Amino acid sequence: MLKHEVVEARSSADVLVVRQQARAWAVEMGFSLVEQTKIVTAASELARNMVDYGLGGTVELEAIENGSRKGLRLTFTDQGPGISDLDLAMTDGYTTGNGLGLGLSGTKRLMHEFEITSQVGQGTRVMITRWR
Amino acid sequence: MERIPILQMGQFLLVTIQVDMHDRLALALQDDLTNRIVKTQAQGVLIDISALEIVDSFIGRILGNIATMSRILDADTVVVGMQPAVAITLVELGLSLTGVRTAINVEQGMALLRSPFGASPEERDTHAQT
Repeated sequence: MLKHEVVEARSSADVLVVRQQARAWAVEMGFSLVEQTKIVTAASELARNMVDYGLGGTVELEAIENGSRKGLRLTFTDQGPGISDLDLAMTDGYTTGNGLGLGLSGTKRLMHEFEITSQVGQGTRVMITRWR
Repeated sequence: MERIPILQMGQFLLVTIQVDMHDRLALALQDDLTNRIVKTQAQGVLIDISALEIVDSFIGRILGNIATMSRILDADTVVVGMQPAVAITLVELGLSLTGVRTAINVEQGMALLRSPFGASPEERDTHAQT
């Protein structure tokens, strides 16, 4: 790990801070404008999920390396109610709230790696990575 | 609370989103626009999003809601100025903005609103048949 930072996300105003930080990191790491936009959009979706459904949580930003490749990894961790059926939660259009149900499935399409773990009553962790 | 300004120009309402909107601000815009359409009997709404660096599923839903609500209130909505990177991301995210009419810039958007009924060719055909 080259560098890391943790941002708290508890309110809808914090979601803006997460977006700004994700953008700043993506710019600094030399991602193209389209890639920056994908990363920031993915960060926005997951941060909002945490605030709306997971009682808020933290976002960890990390610059990582795999051989000569550099990557930006964002990890969203909350201690909320958790998700009982991950497969269902990952389905396009499925929502328990009043959203469009694209947050998780859409975010996966925007990133190179997407890993979700969740335990009912314990919380949810989503780790997303985009490589340069 | 912070609000996004809505300008009136003749029969049209113009909104330029120049800040990164948090969710409550976007919801306030939806409410304000709906109220202003009724109050001013506006025939069209033009929303300029050229300064928006992302449109995620929430903002996408708000744009869709505004288009639907204004249609019910007999006004047309055109969203203009979406950045290419935003459009690419939006499609990969899985949002198609169904029902939201778009134009490349403010000028084209105004032309669209001023065209007969602001209707698309298909819609005009339907009107002609009925």
